[in-house]
Amino acid sequence: MISYTIRRILLIIPTVFFALSFLFFLLFALPGDITNLIVGGADRNVPQEVIDRAAERYGLNDPLIEQFGAYWQRTVQWDLGDSYLSGRSVNELLGEKAVNSLRLGIWAILIEIVIGISVGMYSALKRYSIGDKITTVVTAGASAIPVFVLGFLLQYAFAVYPNKHDWPEWMRLRTSRMGPNEWDFFFIPGSVEQLRYLILPAFALASVSTALTARMTRGSMLEVMRADYMRTARAKGLRERQIVLRHGLRNAMLPVITLIGIDLGTVIGVAVLTETTFSWPGLGSEIATSVDSRDLPVVLGLTLAVVLVYAFVNLLVDLSYAFFDPRIRLGGGESK
Amino acid sequence: MSITDPAASAGEAELVEHSPGDDLGEARPLRVDVWRRFRRNKLAMFGLFLIVALVLIAIFAPLIAPFDYDERSSGSSRLPPDLFGKHRFGTDVAGYDLFSRLVYGARVSLKIGFAATAIAMTIGLTVGAIAGYFGGVLETLIMRITDIFLAIPYIVLAIAVATVFGRSENSIIFVLGFTGWLGICRIVRASFLSLKELEYVEAAHALGYSRWRIMFRHILPNALQPIIVYGTIAIGTVILSEAALSFLGVGPQFPTPAWGLMVAEGSGQITSAPHLLFFPGAAIFLTVLAFVFVGDGLRDALDPKLK
Repeated sequence: MISYTIRRILLIIPTVFFALSFLFFLLFALPGDITNLIVGGADRNVPQEVIDRAAERYGLNDPLIEQFGAYWQRTVQWDLGDSYLSGRSVNELLGEKAVNSLRLGIWAILIEIVIGISVGMYSALKRYSIGDKITTVVTAGASAIPVFVLGFLLQYAFAVYPNKHDWPEWMRLRTSRMGPNEWDFFFIPGSVEQLRYLILPAFALASVSTALTARMTRGSMLEVMRADYMRTARAKGLRERQIVLRHGLRNAMLPVITLIGIDLGTVIGVAVLTETTFSWPGLGSEIATSVDSRDLPVVLGLTLAVVLVYAFVNLLVDLSYAFFDPRIRLGGGESK
Repeated sequence: MSITDPAASAGEAELVEHSPGDDLGEARPLRVDVWRRFRRNKLAMFGLFLIVALVLIAIFAPLIAPFDYDERSSGSSRLPPDLFGKHRFGTDVAGYDLFSRLVYGARVSLKIGFAATAIAMTIGLTVGAIAGYFGGVLETLIMRITDIFLAIPYIVLAIAVATVFGRSENSIIFVLGFTGWLGICRIVRASFLSLKELEYVEAAHALGYSRWRIMFRHILPNALQPIIVYGTIAIGTVILSEAALSFLGVGPQFPTPAWGLMVAEGSGQITSAPHLLFFPGAAIFLTVLAFVFVGDGLRDALDPKLK
């Protein structure tokens, strides 16, 4: 177990190194002169002297391979450089944006776990009921609707429409940016106003994974309910509640947990779109705008953070298998 | 479904499943059985109907659309929908007929969906088959490379590649094709790993067939089922990704009638003209849904045991 964990952690290092290096060369191969961008856009007349100074400061005159070396030299010391456009330290920017993303993400995961698992359980226990059929159709639909379209639908239904029709103030939700930035215990909205800013993006972000979790819980639960040990539990005369929760749910959770972990990649994609749709000032929208404006240090710095988190969550998911299913032994040769 | 040599699979349909009403008299080809099961699935048939309709709309777009997609057909922008009027779905910000642009948009979505998936499947199949069949250093190398690309969240990779390779339909096909093969590669490799151990592969070896022949003529047909299902759903996913990239502004540019781009264009008008968002949004939704339904239906029809 321990040697398996260490081996996995060691494998993360080259993976992250090559992934970021690939992005580095990809982005530096971008057509056009980055220096022009730094000094304020290609269409403006900037004295040559200013351009030279900017190129000097960011080391853009060095050969690419030297820039690459310099990039990794500072990156391994967790110095992510400065933004080309604002000149701000990327470390600072990362801290600020990551906190905002995390707040939104925590709520999305809570929604995913609570609603996804309970809807999936209900669907499995009341198989073929009307509720189950509705769940099947809605969850299939949720995986097909683009998050940004869902986001705009939510905005229309809960903000634009109530505003147009002069609904009472408390029924109108907010759709743009983050609002007053008042939080208790890091992630609990500190005021009603904050809550009104949080609700819509949190549900939009949670939508895809909640649907997936519900589908997965349903399927997994149905399979588990047929197992011999469930019949044994019934034969022992346990109460239905105990059978379902202690024997059923615990065993059904294994594939669901895998999904929640694997799903993180999707969640990051959904986050980019959700944050853009709601102008939520988080990592996702920042990465999207920075790629667009070719602010390379910001893109590489924020992506590095996301890639690291992604790798470690996947590791935790693998390790949690052993916790939920003692039959699984990690480390005995790589499973094929 | 049991795994057999395709050469011996003629009688397989009989082995699959017999419900009481089945006519046990004669052996049917597998595809007849699959179609029978598929046809019973209402959602899948609905999806198939939608796809056929979309393909027809795409082919006959010039006949269906009253205006050209890049034609400013009205002086007034943001006209509301009027189902029986001149502009059925109204006009967009620049005064273009929304209905016509949506109809032509089917071409963009389907073209990107099919072409990018074809590229991704070709690369994924070849690379995955090589990794699974030959194993060894080659396999380790290939799987490490997929690990590296999978370590970058898909959307970041796609945005970065799209920014570098320009913002047009063709570059989006390239981007989605060359970032989409990772999943299929892993599936194919896993199938090949288990299939290559079976007796009929050994028999083919004994007969002296070449390795490429064994890979593609003997093993591949048996590995096709998950690939077909994955590929069908992948078309929907690709269309969804294309819409997302277009929405973020790294996809095709105006006046290309990409649905995602149209949503982005309409997003500023949510108060005054919400239909500019809802119609293209619904078009993306229905298209993706259709491929998901058909993919799910195919999975159930191909493998009745899963049900």
